[in-house]
Amino acid sequence: MSEAVIRVVGLGKSYATAAGLFPALRGVDLTIQAGEYIAIMGPSGSGKSTFMNLLGCLDTPSVGDYFLAGERVAEMDKDALAQLRNRTLGFVFQGFNLLPRMTLQDNVALPLVYAGKDKDSRRAAARRMLDKVGLAAYAESLPSRISGGQQQRVAIARALVNQPRLILADEPTGNLDSHTSEEIMRLFGELNAEGITIVLVTHEPDIAAHARRQVRFLDGRLVSDQFTDACGDAAVGTLPESSLEGGAR
Amino acid sequence: MWKAMLGEAWLAMGANRLRSILTMLGMVIGVGAVVIMLAIGQGAQYAVQQSISTMGANLFILLSGSFTTAGVRSGSSGAPTLNVGDAEAISELEGVANVAPTHQGTRQLVYGAQNWSATVVGTTPPYLEARAWTIASGAAFGDSDVRSATRVALIGKTVAENLFADDDPVGKTMRIQQNPFTVVGVLGSKGQSFDGRDQDDTVIIPLSTAQRKVFGTPFLGSVRMIMVQAASADEMATVEKNVEALLRQRHRLREGMPNDFFSRNLSAVAESEAETTRTMSILLGAIASISLIVGGIGIMNIMLVSVTERTREIGIRMAIGARQKDILTQFLLEAVMISFAGCLIGLLIGLAVALGINFFTGMVVVISGSAALIAFVVAATVGIFFGWYPARKAARLDPIEALRYQ
Ligand SMILES: Nc1ncnc2c1ncn2[C@@H]1O[C@H](COP(=O)(O)OP(=O)(O)O)[C@@H](O)[C@H]1O
Ligand SMILES: [Mg+2]
Repeated sequence: MSEAVIRVVGLGKSYATAAGLFPALRGVDLTIQAGEYIAIMGPSGSGKSTFMNLLGCLDTPSVGDYFLAGERVAEMDKDALAQLRNRTLGFVFQGFNLLPRMTLQDNVALPLVYAGKDKDSRRAAARRMLDKVGLAAYAESLPSRISGGQQQRVAIARALVNQPRLILADEPTGNLDSHTSEEIMRLFGELNAEGITIVLVTHEPDIAAHARRQVRFLDGRLVSDQFTDACGDAAVGTLPESSLEGGAR
Repeated sequence: MWKAMLGEAWLAMGANRLRSILTMLGMVIGVGAVVIMLAIGQGAQYAVQQSISTMGANLFILLSGSFTTAGVRSGSSGAPTLNVGDAEAISELEGVANVAPTHQGTRQLVYGAQNWSATVVGTTPPYLEARAWTIASGAAFGDSDVRSATRVALIGKTVAENLFADDDPVGKTMRIQQNPFTVVGVLGSKGQSFDGRDQDDTVIIPLSTAQRKVFGTPFLGSVRMIMVQAASADEMATVEKNVEALLRQRHRLREGMPNDFFSRNLSAVAESEAETTRTMSILLGAIASISLIVGGIGIMNIMLVSVTERTREIGIRMAIGARQKDILTQFLLEAVMISFAGCLIGLLIGLAVALGINFFTGMVVVISGSAALIAFVVAATVGIFFGWYPARKAARLDPIEALRYQ
């Protein structure tokens, strides 16, 4: 058994709305081991993004506990959270979220600025990452000059540049056509093969099939959790909600 | 880190060029105004200081005639109440450095075909020392010239230039009121007096000659004015009091009778003139700095707009690890940069205008190195002060709220 990268216990999040408190996430328990490749599925509005934002330390839960790499996130101050976002995990958004006025290389290097790295190592690391996602030739271009699939690859390069062991991706292929989606999924597969833990949200079954574990959300609850083999067609089994200790390897 | 942030601030400024320039304009005008006002104000102060130092120190003048309670001066039509004897008696007093009875007026001078009108001062040799006149060429006249009323003259630089042009005036003869005078010396230049007169437009001749040949007073020995110089500033008050007592005694004025002369402290007048220019230059500077505040508010306004517009960008930066401090620094740096660029341009324009004023109007302007320093400090201060609130607002954004912002 490897160490748990993510462990959430009784995690809940309620939004204040005009109609009162709305529970978008209720009592979610989940443990994710290092090196896993997990897909979060569920209909729109089921709380997937809410959950990812909590995992990504972008938002704080209303109830429950979240342990990231063994540390209790609730106890950390804002700077420590920023540091987690900077070094421990990389977040990939549906809408890419590149900074439009910066070259691709500068976009990729930006996390390193906040990590306090010097200019030369920033440049070298950004080049390496762009090369890894196959876009080294566009290093000096602006995001508006490349396609959506390419932008998403740059966003992944940015998420990877500080060498996190965990990638969180909220519908990374949501804005892409199926062919480009396949390319992105291949990239995620390669990263996972290198040992990087990947958590990705999707509502497309064939995208989710790339992962080796699928969890399903419905109305803010985690309703199913199943492991598949690497090819992704056979369900290994459905676990009851109470026993979510993963590690099918 | 800092270099990266500076680069980004520069990019952000360039991204909205027109807006950045318009924002800067407030600072340009503010700093420009301050620099111009400082240059003019300090110039005025310098000019006054300069003329005070050339006027002669610790001076007061005694004017004949008396002030009634109604403020009407009497005696100016009759015989002057002061006389040469008074002057001699005053010079005996403790703490008196120089005493010079004088009689002055404006007269026409003629040399060859040239005409020039200047202030003609009839006086005695101590006058030169009291008024700090120097002799540039030739020599001063002496007491014997006063005694025998010789027709000799010392002329100021302006007179020399206008009347004699390229000739060396020393030894030449010019006419004042038809009377030939031999120029024995040229006075060293003093420039403008604090009330704006050209002090070099002066001719100095012996008092006796002046009264007999130039002004033609029927009351020989009487004078309208006596110039007194105290030995030091500390002794001014005592000397003035003692002179008053002495003159009252000499003029046989009984207790209760008003003075038949009037004493005027020239140094005090000059001092108050200097004080006035100082106040004026501070006032000018203060008014100009109001435009700096207006410029600062402009920066704050634009930074607030910029923070709102770039909320999503801030969210993205936070999502990839920017701390509050990083966001704060970024926006503060942008504000300071706009402010600094505005200051720099304002400084240059201000200096150019100040030099232009000097060139076209001849007004004295003083450009001090401190102006640049002030501009620099002001830029940083205004940028930080007015950039602080918007930058803090940006830094305190919630990452997820900022990311959701459309
Ligand atoms: N900031 C918010 N304020 C109020 N309600 C929200 C907010 N964000 C999400 N919700 C609600 O919470 C529920 C879950 O949303 P989300 O996590 O985005 O779902 P998913 O990503 O699975 O589509 C939805 O019903 C949504 O309307
Ligand atoms: Mg979603």
